[in-house]
This record gives sequence, structure tokens and C-alpha cells, in this order.
Amino acid sequence: MAGAKEIRTKIASIKSTQKITGAMQMVAASKMRKAQDRMAASKPYSEKMLQVISHLARATPEYRHSFMAVERPHKRVGYIVVSSDRGLCGGLNSNLFRRLVADIKEKRAAGTEPAFCTIGSKALGFFKRFGGDVKAQVTNLGDKPHIEDLIGPVKVMLDAFEAKELDAIYVASNEFVNTMTQRPMIRQLVPIIGEEQAAMPYHWDYIYEPDARTVLDALLTRYIESLVYQAVVENGACEQASRMVAMKSASDNAGDLIGELQLVYNKARQAAITQEISEIVSGAAAV
Amino acid sequence: MAMTIHVDIVSAEGAIHSGQAAMVYATAELGEVGIAPRHTAFISRLKPGDVRVENEHGEQEHFYVSGGMLEVQPHVVTVLADTAIRARDLDEAAALDAKRRAEEALAGHTAQFEYAKAQAELAEAIAQLRAIEKLRKMKG
Repeated sequence: MAGAKEIRTKIASIKSTQKITGAMQMVAASKMRKAQDRMAASKPYSEKMLQVISHLARATPEYRHSFMAVERPHKRVGYIVVSSDRGLCGGLNSNLFRRLVADIKEKRAAGTEPAFCTIGSKALGFFKRFGGDVKAQVTNLGDKPHIEDLIGPVKVMLDAFEAKELDAIYVASNEFVNTMTQRPMIRQLVPIIGEEQAAMPYHWDYIYEPDARTVLDALLTRYIESLVYQAVVENGACEQASRMVAMKSASDNAGDLIGELQLVYNKARQAAITQEISEIVSGAAAV
Repeated sequence: MAMTIHVDIVSAEGAIHSGQAAMVYATAELGEVGIAPRHTAFISRLKPGDVRVENEHGEQEHFYVSGGMLEVQPHVVTVLADTAIRARDLDEAAALDAKRRAEEALAGHTAQFEYAKAQAELAEAIAQLRAIEKLRKMKG
């Protein structure tokens, strides 16, 4: 009966693993809902800002901020890589890095050098292993990321852009399609790709305090920060969704495994009983 | 009915207030401003301080903003509030901090991105994920 006992311990250990993954799945589900709410809450701010910015851009055509300038040839580009802080979330981060690596390869073929800014410890770990010019990083944002934590890293990249050390800045993060699907995306952040808007029906302009330039500068920085913040929040929702799915399949797998082991255990027990009986019977016959 | 103006106070992390008001007071960069309905289009930076929203009955609601932008159109006032205290030197400090953290975390690593190594590891991770998927399908 040595086998039966071992199997029993194994089943018990898998059962406790299943309990953990089940709990993680439920935690991820509730966190995902909150992250989605946060995603929705951050939308009005940047939409409103874009509205004001596009108005300002049209109203003061003589001043173009460098963030809105025409594209210059890309010699060096910056990536803001948004990743999760923790693992156990399926292929979320590795899918993103794979997409990023493909993009870097493409850019490098065109003679463009990349520089990075990492958000989240998984991205930092990735560049630690593989090298790369990491200009700034921030980790441990937690479930409720705050824009304060992003001001620094974003400013490093924007300063580099203004100093012409970078010719474009991209954000690499996951897009939340639905609970089952998260798509790694690389979006251009700066120069801002302006949408063509319909001509104004009549000309009007704001009264600026203190002047258009200062206002526009302050707005643009905040707008870019809010875009990065959105990417971080969206990636957070992706992380939770992805973790939920991964933990669900882990729980299912544990269930399958327990079922199989249970069968093996029953057979082993039956075999032991049969053997005992036949021993008794043959013993009795010998007497 | 008294004339009212729509007020939205939004921050990057969520909406703070939305509603009608008879008058809105805010601390703009060049001094306090009071916005009445049909105010001409106006835009300004805000200093850290109070934003007061007065409804038709003269009741005031107070909101503290740590800075931001005030945008006024004849029928809408929008306050784009900052959630953090912003100042040039504070931002600078945050940027330096982010840089320093990166340098500390990556001390001794090469600046050259090792493309081949990264791709190899990623390919392996993806292959593992695929294998798991296949196993699951075979079982299921």
C-alpha cells in the first residue's frame, strides 16, 4: 500500500494548489472590474484636453509646440514600455515584449536606435536581462496607479525629445479588447498625431491668461501624461483579466489532475484488497 | 429660471463634479476669477486653491484643486484639475528620481539591447504557452 499513500498526499497537495489558484482567480476578477472603472474614469479628462488642444492649435497657428511639430527623420526613438509588476498572468508580458522586439528589429533595420523607459517591474527585469538604454523607470505602482508616479519618467522622455535626443516617443502597452483578449500595441505618443478637424464655422478665440504659449505648453505636457496614465490603467485591467483567465485554466487543470490521480488511487487500493483476499484464501486452502 | 452654466471638474483619475451653477469662482494664475453664465471664452492656468461652485440658490460647494487648467465657454466651464502639486522644480526632481532609479536598478548592464537573446527567450516562452494550450485541447 506504499503507492496509495503517496498518491493521497499528492492529491491533497494539488487540492491546496487548486484552492490558491481559485482564490487568485476571484481576486483578479474583482480587481479587473475596478480597473475597468478606472479606465472609463480617465477618459473624459484626456478627451476634453484634446478638444482644447486642437482648438488652440487652430487658433494660434503661428506657434507650434515641438510636440506637435512635423515629423523629423527618426534616428533615435524612445519607447515607454508599460508592463505589470507581478507575474502569473499568462502570456501578457511576453506577448508585449515579443511585439516590441519585432518593432525594434524593424526600426534597427532602418537605422534607428531605441531608448527605453520602463513602467512595471516585469519590463525592468526584461531589460536587465537583455540590456538596452533604459533612461528612466518606475515600479510598484500597485493596483491604483497615480499620475504623480508617472510625471518623472514621462518628463525624462519628453525632455529628451525636446533636446532632440529622441525623434519620436512610442508607448508599448496592452490594449483591453475584452476579458479574453488583450492585444499588445505600440502607439505613437510624440509628435502628437493631430486629427484633421472640420473648419471652424466662425472664428473665435479664448482670452488667455497669461498667454497662449504658456497655456499650450502646460496643456500638452498634461495631455501626454494622461495618455501614459491611460495606458498604465488599461494595462492594469489587461493584467487582471489575463491573470483571471490563467488562474481559471490552472484551477481546471488541477481538477483534471485530481480526477486522474483519484482513479489511479482507487485502482491501487482495489489491487491491494484483491491481493490480500487472495493471500487469505490461498492461506486457508493450504491449511 | 436663473441663468446657469454647466460645470465639469475632471482630473486624470476621474470626474470630480458635474452640474449646473449660477457662478463659479477659481484661483487663476493672475488672480481670482468669477465666471458667470455667458462668460466669454477664456482659458487660464489655475493656482493651487479653492474652486467654488455656487448654485441657483446661493449654496456653495468647495473643491480643492492643486493646480490645473480652467477652460470657459459661454455655456460650459471645465476645470482640468491636477491630482498632484506641480511645480517646475518638483517635476524636475521627479524626473531625476526616475533616472536615478533606472541607473541603480540597471547598474552593470550593457546599454546595447541584445536582440537575439531576447527573441530566443520570448520564442521559448511563446512555445511553452502554445504547448500548454495544445495539451489542454487534447485533454478537453
